Amino acid sequence: MKRTRIALAVTAAAALFGVAACGSGSSDPLAAGGSAGKVSSGSIVVGSANFPESALLAEIYAGALSAKGVKVDKKLNIGSRETYIPALKDGSIDLIPEYTGVLDQYFNKNAKTTTSDDVYAELKAAVPATLTVLNKSAAEDKDAVVVTKGTAAKFSLKSIADLGPQAKNLTLGGPPEWKTRPTGVPGLKRVYNLDFKTFRPLDVGGPLSVQALKNGQVDAVNLFTTDPSIADNGFVILDDPKSLFAAQNVVPLITKSKVTPTISAALDAISAKLDTATLGQLVKEVVVDKKDPAVVAKEFLAKNNLG
Amino acid sequence: MINRIFAWLTDGAHWQGSEGILRRLVEHLGYSLTAVIIAALIAIPLGLYIGHTGRGRVFVVNLAGAARAIPSLGLLFIAVLWLGPKFSGDIAFLAPAGLVLVVLAIPPILSGAYAGVEGVEPDARDAARGMGMRGPEVLRHVELPCALPLIMSGIRSATLQVIATATIAAVVGLGGLGRFLIDGLAVRDTPQTASGALLVALLALAVDMVLALVQRFVVSRGLTGRYRTVQTFDSDAGVTPPAPALQHSA
Repeated sequence: MKRTRIALAVTAAAALFGVAACGSGSSDPLAAGGSAGKVSSGSIVVGSANFPESALLAEIYAGALSAKGVKVDKKLNIGSRETYIPALKDGSIDLIPEYTGVLDQYFNKNAKTTTSDDVYAELKAAVPATLTVLNKSAAEDKDAVVVTKGTAAKFSLKSIADLGPQAKNLTLGGPPEWKTRPTGVPGLKRVYNLDFKTFRPLDVGGPLSVQALKNGQVDAVNLFTTDPSIADNGFVILDDPKSLFAAQNVVPLITKSKVTPTISAALDAISAKLDTATLGQLVKEVVVDKKDPAVVAKEFLAKNNLG
Repeated sequence: MINRIFAWLTDGAHWQGSEGILRRLVEHLGYSLTAVIIAALIAIPLGLYIGHTGRGRVFVVNLAGAARAIPSLGLLFIAVLWLGPKFSGDIAFLAPAGLVLVVLAIPPILSGAYAGVEGVEPDARDAARGMGMRGPEVLRHVELPCALPLIMSGIRSATLQVIATATIAAVVGLGGLGRFLIDGLAVRDTPQTASGALLVALLALAVDMVLALVQRFVVSRGLTGRYRTVQTFDSDAGVTPPAPALQHSA
């Protein structure tokens, strides 16, 4: 996955911290307002991983918290999980948006669960004593099998299981590792008993996969659920009723000592409003429409009476 | 490590079937030779024309030189995003990959062709004209045969580069020996990756040897000094000194 692949040197991250620390506060329209006149409800440093969706979620958290009178500092686009979890542990940051499945696997090398609730329960038990996760949201950024609207209508496809009778005539596309990965072609065979006509190795949820599906070189392809190109091209995400792909619900990971009732209430309210389609739409505004993540976050919060 | 590569390569299951080495080898050769042939059909006539007339020399030669600097992988992605939607089926991937390989193959063939013609001895050219040959005849009967060694070396160098680079076809979901590189890297299967690289190198060397042999026989004996006696086939003719002129007249 994109967020686990990016390994940033610790020194580079340290440099980033410095830059982020200089920039935060003065340049941030959201953190500045709100707190005046209210009783301080604590202070918190929000971090994010270095990809657009994570930065956007961090902006949403930051916006909602400062609206509740929490003093917020932001250190966004820190790097990969290997970099920001240590930062969370040493107190450089206090809160970061995370994904249940991959975070579970990070803390728990024997993670086996796949359904949303199981993964969440397993994750809660696995996080280190100084950290905790608040409520998970329904929004998930995870592996999915995606088809075009036309294909979905033609074979009345709703879930991966519906591919059963058609699979032998269909071409599946995905990253090269899908050919052998337990959650790829072998997993589709094992869990859903699907034998595709051929498997065409493409890229990891990138432009090649999108184009191959759009132009019909493949009939179904592996993309990530919040990929803006899904909505952009009217693709259909097939349900995964047997949970082949582990759940990846968006969840706030936070330092335990920083949690106040105000903070947990504000973050839980966001998680309650987020679902995969909403998050996908917000990510599209940032990635495709090139809007400022802070602005997108502010609009989302205003629309849902959270900011 | 060497043992694991050897084990991978000698596993019969890796050679068979639609994803086996033999099939990938044929695909790889197919992509490479198609690209070199198309490039030769473009570059040789153009190179001969430039060499013969001297027209457009600066422009075309510099363009070809600049084309050598194009990063194939970058061009491939641009070509896929640009050409992909214009085709359906496998052509949507074959056309971009083919374009990249043709662009790669043109410069060496082109420079071989024009340099070959340009480098023909002025005396030979004058003699041809003195015998009453016209421009096209001079090109066909004197310049082209004299330029053949350089044309062939251009083709050989283009073929080497194309075979090595045809591995990128696998990046856009096509076959060829690059599949073993890309698939092996994706799952950290080092023996598979290394075997793929080894196979590409061996294929490049093998094809180059075949082309060296072709060159030996198509280039005029008057240029190579390769003579054949009337009575017996002299297998090391290439290294022995030229035989007396009397014998080779047969």
